[in-house]
Amino acid sequence: MTGFSGGAAAVAVVAAQITAVGLGGPLLIGLMRKVRSHLEGRVGPPVHQPLLDLRKLFTKQRIRPSYASWVFGAGPVALVATAVVAVAISPLATTHPPLGQSADFFAVVFLLLLGSVALALAALDTGTSFGGMGASRAMTIGALAEPALLVAILAFSIPAHTSNLPALVRLGLVHPQMIASPERILALGAFVVVILAESGRLPVDNPSTHLELTMIHEAMVLEYAGPDLALVTLGEAMRLTLLLGLFVNLFVPWGVATGSGAIAIVVGLAALAGKVAVVGVAIATFEVFTAKMRLFRLPELLAGGFILAVLGAAAALVV
Amino acid sequence: MTIRGIVQAVLRPRTVTEDLGPPPNDHAVRSARALRGSLQIRHVDAGSCNGCELEVASSFGPVYDAERFGVRLVASPRHADALLVTGPVTKNMAGPLVKTFEAMPEPRVVIALGDCARDCGVFRGGYGVEGPVADLVPVDIQVPGCPPSPDVIIQALRNLAGR
Amino acid sequence: MNNLTLVITAAGGLAAAIAGGALPAQARVPAAVVLTWGACAAALFAAITVLRTGQSMVLHSTQILPITGVLMVLDPFGAVFVIVTAVVAIAATLYWIGYASHGLSTRTVSAVLPLFVTSMLLVPAAGSVATFLVLWELMALTSLLLVLVDHRRSEATRSAAEWYAVMTHVGAAAILFALVLLSAHAGGQSFAAIRDYAGHLPPGVRGLAFVLAVVGFGSKAGAVPFHVWLPKAHPEAPSPASALMSGAMVNLGIYGIVLVGDRLLGGGPLWWWLVVTVLGIITALFGALQAATSTDLKRLLAYSTADNMGLVLIGVGASGCFATTGHSLVGGLAMVAALFVMVNHAAFKGSLFLSAGSVQVATGSRDLDRLGGLMGRMPITGAVFLVGALAITALPPLNGFVGEWLLFQSLLHGLPASSTVVGVIVSVAVAALALTGGLTAAAFVKVIGVGLLGRPRSAEAASAHEVPRTMQLGAGLLAGACVVLGLVPMIVLPALERAAALVVPGARPTALYGGVDLHLQGLPGVLSPVLLAAGLMLATGAVVAMRGLVGLRSRSRSALRQADAWGCGNGVQTARMQYTATSFAEPLQRVFDDVLRPDHDLEVTHRAESRYYVEKVTYRTSIGDVIEHSLYRPVIAGVNWWGRRARALQNGSVHRYLAYGLVALVVILVVST
Repeated sequence: MTGFSGGAAAVAVVAAQITAVGLGGPLLIGLMRKVRSHLEGRVGPPVHQPLLDLRKLFTKQRIRPSYASWVFGAGPVALVATAVVAVAISPLATTHPPLGQSADFFAVVFLLLLGSVALALAALDTGTSFGGMGASRAMTIGALAEPALLVAILAFSIPAHTSNLPALVRLGLVHPQMIASPERILALGAFVVVILAESGRLPVDNPSTHLELTMIHEAMVLEYAGPDLALVTLGEAMRLTLLLGLFVNLFVPWGVATGSGAIAIVVGLAALAGKVAVVGVAIATFEVFTAKMRLFRLPELLAGGFILAVLGAAAALVV
Repeated sequence: MTIRGIVQAVLRPRTVTEDLGPPPNDHAVRSARALRGSLQIRHVDAGSCNGCELEVASSFGPVYDAERFGVRLVASPRHADALLVTGPVTKNMAGPLVKTFEAMPEPRVVIALGDCARDCGVFRGGYGVEGPVADLVPVDIQVPGCPPSPDVIIQALRNLAGR
Repeated sequence: MNNLTLVITAAGGLAAAIAGGALPAQARVPAAVVLTWGACAAALFAAITVLRTGQSMVLHSTQILPITGVLMVLDPFGAVFVIVTAVVAIAATLYWIGYASHGLSTRTVSAVLPLFVTSMLLVPAAGSVATFLVLWELMALTSLLLVLVDHRRSEATRSAAEWYAVMTHVGAAAILFALVLLSAHAGGQSFAAIRDYAGHLPPGVRGLAFVLAVVGFGSKAGAVPFHVWLPKAHPEAPSPASALMSGAMVNLGIYGIVLVGDRLLGGGPLWWWLVVTVLGIITALFGALQAATSTDLKRLLAYSTADNMGLVLIGVGASGCFATTGHSLVGGLAMVAALFVMVNHAAFKGSLFLSAGSVQVATGSRDLDRLGGLMGRMPITGAVFLVGALAITALPPLNGFVGEWLLFQSLLHGLPASSTVVGVIVSVAVAALALTGGLTAAAFVKVIGVGLLGRPRSAEAASAHEVPRTMQLGAGLLAGACVVLGLVPMIVLPALERAAALVVPGARPTALYGGVDLHLQGLPGVLSPVLLAAGLMLATGAVVAMRGLVGLRSRSRSALRQADAWGCGNGVQTARMQYTATSFAEPLQRVFDDVLRPDHDLEVTHRAESRYYVEKVTYRTSIGDVIEHSLYRPVIAGVNWWGRRARALQNGSVHRYLAYGLVALVVILVVST
């Protein structure tokens, strides 16, 4: 492909991926709420309800606490911007994303960490007790989930001899027997724990709680109104979708495109949507039957994830 | 719950929600049109006997299910479009009610739910009562009843949400 | 002609010291600073020449030191340390100009600080045992004097200086013993002579020398358990001195370990490097944990220094492990990663200490629980502080991120080929890397969020003003270096490769190339910091534009409203209701309770009338250094006990003392025949 058309195709693929995750994230949240409602015996809101909520929030007024500095407004922006960049470089629709050379697993993880840190700083900037509480709890959980995450990445990267994400996905496509290997399955367990912790789902955090003292992530966003709240909601949805998208592409890669042809990309996005929807439904079902864990029992859960990751890394070294 | 019970609940979910008919024709408040199918509500109990709260809880329960019309209860007034007030406003809750209203971003509406919120109901003249809600914050919608039944409550919410 | 620059460095430093000591008050500090800059510039020139040509610079003189003479040899490995020291010194002395009015304009300080800088510039250039030890001791003494600057202010300063003095000299004794042992066996005291003889040394001597070097130099670098002086001395020193100590002096501990292990002894058995790696793991974890739960701003930064030095030790140890087992490509990469982490640390820790000094000057306090609300009052210092904090948390697109990535890649690629023991320890190192990263994130969110953001927690914080321009520039210079190193690490990486090639024998340089991207040659691994930065800026612009669109649509109401924070409708929200640094770290403290062993003191005063009514509750909690309490205090108590017992020998009787002398004489005569 020559320069301009190659460049245009690359931009198109990146834009398609970002749009898909940007729209698909709220849809995934809506789907999970729908599943939860049905299991509770209700009809529940329609699947596209979060998109309607976002549209309305963008028309509302922004409010800034009088003691806050510029960091308060920068928090939601950083959350969404880091999610967008992470989505842009990740192998979600295709195993050859245009910017995929620099799509190191490490880079994606630290981009998401940048978003979390920005949000925590913005929460502390509000000068309220809830902001501090949310930031403190979120950073503690993040700190304890990091070892599990990085050792799980190690477990993936050792057999592949690289931590480049598209290469890891391609490896699963080319050698399907590696997917059922012990190190991948153990890393799967560690990943599930880390995804639940990082995206604030039960049993780590209840996303729909109204009790401030039980909040972890919600406490950080109590002060946001209008477009800021819309950005935070969108950013969180995109992060969850990105994490689940990477999860499905690493463990069930079939359907993902292997080139940049238009048809292949569309099929890849459709496959991604289907797989992420299945995992989302599974998580929502699990959430209905799970209670939130006590805050000070969470280190035990995260340590369990870490042990699984360590066993996975050991299996990768031995085999 | 037994494992069998969980598996059955997952594979064959039953919804008990009643069908409440087509959306209403009259849209109550001009600014509500901006909401377009999405309404977030912050509820404040300004001193009620909790009868209205039970009816609100029932409205959001499986039988009446207000959430299917795009209505959701939120924890912070900063996230809310509508303020749902129950009870006659007592002297202790007057300040917090006004602060809650002021914390909401515009456009915002206030729903006074129940007879007590409209005109203090049976508590009119009580030593701890400050006054009806309209004395403290501008009220856009009043829902009569002591307590109002969930049908009436949902009717008012559907007016606002436009669904 | 070539080595004239080394002479100029020494001469410049000496002239700065004399100027600082002799000139009257107004001219003292600026003259000393300018002359120090001259010395730093000469050192930079020398080091860059050495790195570009790859040839060492030699300077020999028999005049300056009696008996042994002075021998300076600056090779590419030492040149890296010289450059780091010079840049940090330029920024710190620039900062000193503005800081001088806060007690740092005395003759002593103005004379001693340039000497400190010069000794640190010349230590990596030392080529013989005597030169090295003289410069090392000069560095220790000058830094001790700097720690003592504020000794009249508090008991803590005097105690910190005591600990520092004792520990640095115990370390120096270990180094002295190791180097003298080696030179005694080699028959000559120049490093070249020791290197030539290294192959003939018996393994016991080599092992002993290496262990002593690790103890002595590790103590200087802040390796646990020899680190206890670091969180005491670094906070008590004035800020420019703290920045120099944390940004430049601790690096020389790493230089020393690699000097003895690789350059002098030519590498060693695997257990050497496993010991270094394990030391690094323990140091990193302990330092990060203490930093995450500390409420004193500068003590937090000091523990964070120990954490980063632990990461560098992990890199050095891993490099040695891989090189010893024959994988020199990965070994070279690990050494480059370790050096890059060290360079990054100098940049962001120097900037953080200088910013912390600015905050201390503006508010009079370094207790995080009394700060807050400073981002609006000190916008530039706040922004520079934020950049330093984001860099140390290893967030893209700054330099800490690139350094951690390099270290992770070196550990990852070294794993498949290593033996079981190395594989286990390297995997533990990766877990340690992750946990310290998370704890550092928590620590620095606490520093920025509690220290700079929110509402001021004390009157001093509420009345803070921005500091003088030179102080802002000094800290900003190093923060700018963080940004540049993060976007274009290729500026320094070739130089670090050249330095690493000296250490990992037989490694061809891992040529990291690519104008925009960072490729690991010979190993799969690519990172593109510029792409990430550009993407983030684009995405931020797009998101801000998207958010701003709402302003076009509203008519009657304002798009952005200022309001009081939502406090559940309560009365007045005070600044006291915010989270403090102690409460922020409390969940982590609970999780790591067994390691931290905090002191809790709860005092409940009941009313006189009835025990059911409480009048007052006082709660005190403090986290000390568990290694100091469990390891050092018993040893000190033991030494004291022994000293008291030995007093029994001195009962004052002259007859007994004469008898002691007679017995000693007889014993010596018997033994020597």
